[in-house]
Amino acid sequence: MSALSLRNIEKSFGGNHILKGVTLDAGPGEFIALVGPSGCGKSTLLRILAGLETADSGDILIAGRDMTAAHAADRNIAMVFQSYALYPHLTAAQNIAVPLVMRRLTRARRLPFLGRMMPGQRKAVADIHRDVRDMAASLKIDHLLDRKPGQMSGGQRQRVALARAMVRRPSIFLMDEPLSNLDANLRVHARGEIVDLHRRAGVPTLYVTHDQAEALSMADRVAVMIGGSLLQLASPQVIYEDPQHVEVAKFIGQPRINLIASQVEDGATVALGGTRCRLVDRAAAAGSAVTLGIRPEFVSVSRQGNEGLPARIERLEFLGSEVIVYCRLDAIGETMVAKVTPAEGADLSPGVPVRLTADARHIFVFSKDGSRLAAAPLSSIVTREALHG
Amino acid sequence: MTSASFTPGRVARLSILGLGALVFLAPYIFMVSTAGKAQSDIFTSSLSLIPQQWFYVQNFAKALSRVSMGRLLMNGVVVCALILVFQVVIAIPCAYAMAKLKFRAARALMVLVMLGLLVPIHATALPLYVAFDRAGALNSYVALVAPFTISVFGIFLFLQFFRAMPDDLIHAARLDGMSEPGIIARVIVPNAWPAVTAFSIFSVVAHWNDLYWPLIVVSNQAYATPPLGLLYFRAAEAGDDYGALMAATLIITFPLVAAFLLAQKRFVEGITMTGLKG
Ligand SMILES: Nc1ncnc2c1ncn2[C@@H]1O[C@H](COP(=O)(O)OP(=O)(O)O)[C@@H](O)[C@H]1O
Ligand SMILES: [Mg+2]
Repeated sequence: MSALSLRNIEKSFGGNHILKGVTLDAGPGEFIALVGPSGCGKSTLLRILAGLETADSGDILIAGRDMTAAHAADRNIAMVFQSYALYPHLTAAQNIAVPLVMRRLTRARRLPFLGRMMPGQRKAVADIHRDVRDMAASLKIDHLLDRKPGQMSGGQRQRVALARAMVRRPSIFLMDEPLSNLDANLRVHARGEIVDLHRRAGVPTLYVTHDQAEALSMADRVAVMIGGSLLQLASPQVIYEDPQHVEVAKFIGQPRINLIASQVEDGATVALGGTRCRLVDRAAAAGSAVTLGIRPEFVSVSRQGNEGLPARIERLEFLGSEVIVYCRLDAIGETMVAKVTPAEGADLSPGVPVRLTADARHIFVFSKDGSRLAAAPLSSIVTREALHG
Repeated sequence: MTSASFTPGRVARLSILGLGALVFLAPYIFMVSTAGKAQSDIFTSSLSLIPQQWFYVQNFAKALSRVSMGRLLMNGVVVCALILVFQVVIAIPCAYAMAKLKFRAARALMVLVMLGLLVPIHATALPLYVAFDRAGALNSYVALVAPFTISVFGIFLFLQFFRAMPDDLIHAARLDGMSEPGIIARVIVPNAWPAVTAFSIFSVVAHWNDLYWPLIVVSNQAYATPPLGLLYFRAAEAGDDYGALMAATLIITFPLVAAFLLAQKRFVEGITMTGLKG
């Protein structure tokens, strides 16, 4: 049974169709990253899931129970907001204690003076203090407990927000770009911490980000959302190596994948320079438009020979362990990006004419509507056909 | 402070501000001066701020003995406090609902609030008077307080302030298990102190100094508010003992001046509404 399932969630604001039938399942203890460009509806989806917003249609099941109409407080979902949303008038300790106070103490016990006189009050309050201290210790924020949010740095606020969300052992944990307000160094460090925390707590987590590197590096599975639709939900490796939609291929990977407009040729083959692939199910008719995708690390650049696409180097970016080469294809007016090792890049410089070759095993073929068409390198098809007679 | 900070520009600015302050304070200074003069001193042709004879004690004694000053001040405090409490208790939930909750009539209510801002008490005074008269409620605290319990200005001021509060704060509170009244009590009000302070000052100043409405609904001295009491003071005392009148005026303006000086910092904070930024 899945810990969380979203079925066909639709949402419009005014006339704007923001979520277009989102369906998603998360297993127990799974860490799913929901990634997509800004404005694609990620936060809206989280708010709907948390019960802060109502969907126009669709169902939400949490641990098998229909929670579509449940009140936010009854879903036992915790959320870390992009702005952290700490209560500005309370200290860190009081902030972390709020969810416990609201859940464990009855309405009468929460009254300012009367509450103190109720039997068992001291024990309940002591338990809350202990849990707050334990949580703070596990996030290493003990020394901040008496400070108010205004007196903390961004990283410290983020930890307090994490502590406030984790302290009540929620059944689902939502995070909306919790690292986007941190500086780059802290962000990479905090990634590891959140993953650790998730592993220890084992609470299914939906982590929203617009940073594809964050999604790939942290999640068990990555859900790519573009324009209000979930285009693909798979492990980081599959998302990167086997994108099912041109938008997924475009959004994931840095530098961006090279996309070249092309046409299907006779015999259901496509060609990129001298490299040829054949469409496996041969569905596309000859002459129909397709887009060919090749990741920069599978483009090789050479100064010799006359194989491959003729190009001219526009610009080089030296990144230490690799060199990014921007090449201009004058014949078709496109720029193609290649990623080479520093050794390979040593004799390259701007203005130099080169030949680009794509690795046939890594060419993606996308149809006009963006969906992926299965294709195989022509040579291997040939060998297979030869083998089978 | 070092002498270097008194640059010519700063001196010029301070003198202009000082001059402006003097112009606005002149009537008050004149009042303070007159409250210390004897009758003969006031009507001399020369205009001097320093009394020739110090008559403060006599004038204050007269002011305190001729009307029940204690009663007036008490009425003022009771009426202003009741009005303020009701206004805040009613306006905060209204403003919260309009700023942060989604419901169909929100737009229509907003229009009504704007319209409400345009209607002065003078327009509704007559129907209200008739209503209180029919209800036999003239000459009571109810008549003094009830018309002001719903402050459209208060709703508007809080609405603007709450709009600037981040939605996520309220979302977090809902996830933490708070009900809507709980959110108002535990999140909104503790963070709205600057707005509450600013509104309190507007409200208290307006109703402490109000003469119009008490004049309409109160004819019994027992319910007179301070400005109304001054009126009785003049009427009772055949006219022209200005020294004593000014002393009485000083007494009734003193609480406001003191309160303002004490809350000055918060007042400025509330007006500039920077309480929640940063
Ligand atoms: N309450 C709202 N009213 C109207 N439009 C909204 C509201 N919330 C979000 N939107 C719109 O929905 C789109 C998606 O927003 P959001 O979910 O915040 O995107 P993301 O988090 O992926 O950046 C945006 O275009 C935004 O303008
Ligand atoms: Mg967002």
